[in-house]
Amino acid sequence: MTSFVGGRRILLTFAAGATLIVALAIIAGLIDTALAQGNPFGGPRPPAGGAPPPAADGIVGWLLAKQAEFYRSFSGTIRAAKTDGSAVWTLFGISFAYGVFHAAGPGHGKAVISSYLVANDETWWRGVVLSFASALLQALVAVLVVGILAALIGATRAAICKASDWIEIASYALIALMGARLTWVKGRSFLATLRAKPAAHDHHEHRHDHGHHQHDHHGDHHHDHAGHQHAHGAATCTAGHDHAHDHGHHAHHHHDHDDHSGHSHGPEPQELAGPGGWHRGLTAIIAVGLRPCSGAILVLVFALAQGLFWAGVVSTFIMGLGTAITVTAIATLAVSAKGLARKLAGQKSGMGSLMLRGIEVGAAVLVLVFGVALLAGYLATERLVGVC
Amino acid sequence: MTAKSFIRLVVFALSSFALADAANAHPHVWVTMKSELVYAPDGSVTGVRHAWQFDDMFSTFATQGIESKKKGEFTREELAPLAEVNVTSLKEFDYFTYAKANGKKTPFAPPKDYYLEFSENMLTLHFTLPFKAPVKAQSLDVEMYDPSYFVDFSFADKDPVALVSAPSACKVAIARPADASTLPAPGENLANNYGSQFANKISVKCP
Repeated sequence: MTSFVGGRRILLTFAAGATLIVALAIIAGLIDTALAQGNPFGGPRPPAGGAPPPAADGIVGWLLAKQAEFYRSFSGTIRAAKTDGSAVWTLFGISFAYGVFHAAGPGHGKAVISSYLVANDETWWRGVVLSFASALLQALVAVLVVGILAALIGATRAAICKASDWIEIASYALIALMGARLTWVKGRSFLATLRAKPAAHDHHEHRHDHGHHQHDHHGDHHHDHAGHQHAHGAATCTAGHDHAHDHGHHAHHHHDHDDHSGHSHGPEPQELAGPGGWHRGLTAIIAVGLRPCSGAILVLVFALAQGLFWAGVVSTFIMGLGTAITVTAIATLAVSAKGLARKLAGQKSGMGSLMLRGIEVGAAVLVLVFGVALLAGYLATERLVGVC
Repeated sequence: MTAKSFIRLVVFALSSFALADAANAHPHVWVTMKSELVYAPDGSVTGVRHAWQFDDMFSTFATQGIESKKKGEFTREELAPLAEVNVTSLKEFDYFTYAKANGKKTPFAPPKDYYLEFSENMLTLHFTLPFKAPVKAQSLDVEMYDPSYFVDFSFADKDPVALVSAPSACKVAIARPADASTLPAPGENLANNYGSQFANKISVKCP
């Protein structure tokens, strides 16, 4: 009876994991691309903008229409703000709305962040921090590019476009590198879990909800410090340091525990990743946050020309807030799905742990694939296409 | 509990599919078009003459950093390098203009007589697309659109299309994107041609 139930859980976990990976791939437009063109990685470079979806109606059409609507109202509102001060508030409102809707389209790191969160088994709070930090970094980069190149130097559109190109390449390369490192780390973790001696007793997944007191210090910091997590997550700068501290602690305790029990579990993810959790997060933030939103760049240049650069700057950061919210929503989906998979895997067999490591490898590979595909230009992301 | 959890997961996944399907970016350039079909004395069409007005955001971006004698104003000469850049980069996209004479694809030769004008914060690109060979056909269709829909083309509201020196028997009709006549024929593969749904079409019938 136990083995039947266990088998069913394995199947469910596998199905859940597969669904999650497929969802992430679709978010990135990978599967869209494949369906639209048949052979995205072997075929010729797609037309400007990459693979488009087939339908203009439904949710796609509505999102596009809304984005375009908000985008088109920027110029009129900025111009109105020259004479009518209260128009800036309208501008900020439009910027926020634009950020929210725009992030539903390609780019803005939704897929990369979501996959990263799944691969690294991050908490929801970490997901929120990553989403907001990268979105605000994107805003900052846009302001710097236009501020330095256009406002200070008076450079041409060509210069801004070239700078964007280079920043884009850097961002994609970072994503690919991050994905490669993640795949390496998670791959090793998977293999180690595979090789771990099957335990005679029930092998509990460490994130299991109800407490195991002998496992308390052994388990991950999420389990033990559930209450602390909230406090940590709130402050962007300090969160990382606290995590690093936790990791140090747990690595130490983990070894003690191993000596007692005489059986081996697979190495803990945070063990393999090493201490310094905020280092990991920073790479993800920079990789995703480097590439600025093209809409923001256009708005900034226009605002500059109208003598309202400061309004453009505030607008851009408000756009970033809107973007952050949408990315957080997607990231929440990813983290919840992973949590679900963990719950399903958690109860009985060692297979559950293996499945989870497998899902993590899958997500890590996705990050790598995104980075490479972006570099190769096959993924439709939001670029200054048609404008540069 | 398990089944419910899994169903929840599936719902999560499906909602991310829905959001993910917006994998296309919105247009970043809006072009208001006026086009003319130019005829030769013998009644054949020699080419298409476009006047494309870009939206103010793009116009400002495109003219960023260009030196001008008077701030906020640009002469044709000052804009000449930009016109050159525009026309050169349009080549890759077939100038977003597609012609069919009697149902057969009709190619264009490289553009001529191109220049940019700047007025009221907007750039207008003027250029002529000559046909490789003058076209004499009973029906001529010319469509303007960006297949990937990064550029949104639409006819100007008033008198967007004219026939220049055409035989008086020729009749012209235009179709804007909302019209059913611009929807692709059933069976046409839409996957790579998202923007064709937004095509602006000129149809000329000459006896």
